[in-house]
Amino acid sequence: MIKVTIDDVEVEVAEGTSILNAARTIGGEVVPPAMCYYSKLPGTGGKCRTCLVEVAAGSAKDPRPMPKLVASCSTPVQDGMVIKNKTSERVHENRGAVVEFLLINHPLDCPICDQAGECHLQDLGFVHGAEKTRYEEERRTFDPIDIGNKIKLHMNRCILCYRCVAVANQLTDKRVHGVLHRGEHAEISTYIESAVENDFSGNMIDVCPVGALTDKTFRFKSRVWFLKPMEAECECTKCSGKAVVWQFGNEIYRVTARKDRYGEVEDQDGKPGWICNDCRFDKKDLSKWNIIGPRTIDRHSVISQGHYQSPRTSTKKLK
Amino acid sequence: MGRRLLLEHDNVPGIETFDVYRKNGGYRSVEKALKSMSPELVLEEVQKSGLRGRGGAGFPTGMKWSFLAKPEGVPRYLLCNADESEPGTFKDRYLMEKIPHLLIEGMIVSSFALGANQSYIYIRGEYMWVLDILEKAIAEAYAKGFLGKNILGSGYDLDLSVAPGGGAYICGEETALIESLEGKRGNPRMKPPFPAVKGLYGCPTVVNNVESIAAVVPIVNDGGEEYAKIGLGKSTGTKLISACGNLARPGVYEIEMGITVEEFIYGDDYCRGIANGKKLKACVPGGSSVPILPHYLVTKTAAGEDRLMTYESLADGGFASGSMLGSGGFIVFDEDQCIVRNTWNFARFYAHESCGQCSPCREGTGWMEKVLHRLEHGHGNMRDIDLLAEINKKIEGNTICPLGDAAAWPVAAAIRHFRDEFEWHVNEREESQKRNYGLIREPQSIA
Repeated sequence: MIKVTIDDVEVEVAEGTSILNAARTIGGEVVPPAMCYYSKLPGTGGKCRTCLVEVAAGSAKDPRPMPKLVASCSTPVQDGMVIKNKTSERVHENRGAVVEFLLINHPLDCPICDQAGECHLQDLGFVHGAEKTRYEEERRTFDPIDIGNKIKLHMNRCILCYRCVAVANQLTDKRVHGVLHRGEHAEISTYIESAVENDFSGNMIDVCPVGALTDKTFRFKSRVWFLKPMEAECECTKCSGKAVVWQFGNEIYRVTARKDRYGEVEDQDGKPGWICNDCRFDKKDLSKWNIIGPRTIDRHSVISQGHYQSPRTSTKKLK
Repeated sequence: MGRRLLLEHDNVPGIETFDVYRKNGGYRSVEKALKSMSPELVLEEVQKSGLRGRGGAGFPTGMKWSFLAKPEGVPRYLLCNADESEPGTFKDRYLMEKIPHLLIEGMIVSSFALGANQSYIYIRGEYMWVLDILEKAIAEAYAKGFLGKNILGSGYDLDLSVAPGGGAYICGEETALIESLEGKRGNPRMKPPFPAVKGLYGCPTVVNNVESIAAVVPIVNDGGEEYAKIGLGKSTGTKLISACGNLARPGVYEIEMGITVEEFIYGDDYCRGIANGKKLKACVPGGSSVPILPHYLVTKTAAGEDRLMTYESLADGGFASGSMLGSGGFIVFDEDQCIVRNTWNFARFYAHESCGQCSPCREGTGWMEKVLHRLEHGHGNMRDIDLLAEINKKIEGNTICPLGDAAAWPVAAAIRHFRDEFEWHVNEREESQKRNYGLIREPQSIA
């Protein structure tokens, strides 16, 4: 175990832990936001540059500060490292710049975007964004395309986090989509619009931090904050069958995996709780699910604004 | 004219063939190293020579080699970075085209020093004819027993092959080069781990520029100390400079480090001054990614000393009044050139070549290109100039690989030194479309 200090909080973590994961053991505002890193998908991270932090002291042995900001998701901690996240002016400034960069080509179509309310870019923009854009040029646009019969891709909204590429590489038997072109023209696409057909391809929707990949069975049905998330399980041979069903009355509008406060899927039975496409797209009938109880969406989004409280969280608060 | 170590025989007819090259003293270093030296001894000579990476960053080659991890039972690789795509840089092409065997000789000796049994030359996709030249030369070297199994009876095996890229500037970044060589999309990797620990196929790897590898040949032949005698301070040896732009005699020159910039531009042995009797306006001394220098800072530093062709002297004054030696792509502008247009041209290149992986570079380079396009074409505003300065401050240092920095520096420097010209483009929109600004005034005091 080694000791590191993040925003004046000291914490002990195992060797090899990244700065971001060390911060997550503390929790709260000390945790840098991450748009591309996904702990359940090895190899992700380092791309969005929102999690850059300042290293005020490299280690106990070599306490020199690092000259550049470092990506907290892919930099391992050293013993005696001193890290500044929310206490650093440089970090704050840089995060504002990254949000500005991410937003110059992002359409502000939140009012009609299904991700609104659970969008990481919305959260990030809320905290670090500027009031007005300085971008005067035309935005880069693409036509929305279908990738498979259940997933819609709005490339305009994509921030190129590469998470969905990692899902396809690691959860499905064959990746048929990826990044085409480069620079500003880079886009996620399938080669000549071929379909993404795989039992676990729907997890691409869950990992997408923005509204670029959306569930075609749920598109334009409802705003997420009008729905009631319930923990549910079902008999499934392909996945754990443990999911969250989003109800409106007695109707299930959509099914997602159980996600933690960082928007990442929770472990179920010791494994990441990815759900299969059957559970996600086809089981929209309450009789197919065993409802366990209400689910708290523990994130700083509109859904958690006291829509209702589950008994679990209220007891936690009483303690 | 100083000593020429690399291009000594570049004009000998038939030097591209094995026999002529051998007659002119070729492959001596292979014989010397394999027969009478240990790999450690070669490394020591390279360290003594003070050779610094010729690709642009100027990192000491010997030190880079000494970082190579050497775990048991794991192959090590030497990669030659011939993905020379920086605008204004064409020295490696000349070397490979003219004397392909020099590079091959350098590869054999360097691979021997590093203990690599398989080495690759990763060549730019646009250099297809050079690839043919190299492959022919490699086949000759195999036939003469300088490559393959048990080279010269020393028991050392080496296979060398050439791999072409697909035409991407980013693949000149060492980890992107490795990805590309592995057959993947050429995106730079996150560092650490560095290639010296985990490179090609997860094995320890060294990536060196063509010129650095070629320079190992004279170092082994004459000894590192002899090599270090040429040059000045920490800039030792000779350097290939590819001079282009409005020069009377542009071309690839081998210079001894430490000659003055003045001599290089105006000297009879070198570029012979500005073409058509015009005046010097600006100079980019090390390839498009290094800061541009206005005429009053090219031959003299801010302190009034002569500027020399060395890593240190060109960087004198930091980014406020200096630049970098970079890859040696020496671009000269005369009084008739428009700096705004040139800056836009560079920005367009970087926007086109950004891999699109990390957000500041992907979005920032495209944004800068659009703002500069507007300024150049007479649609800019005053606030655009500050916006540009701000954008490149936000890109610099915040990206995965140095392409972000390379895109930001030339824009930052152009605004720093040629702000008057940018403002003129905003204030005199119509006139700026008809004529060029001409020379800029020298400020009263240079900080």
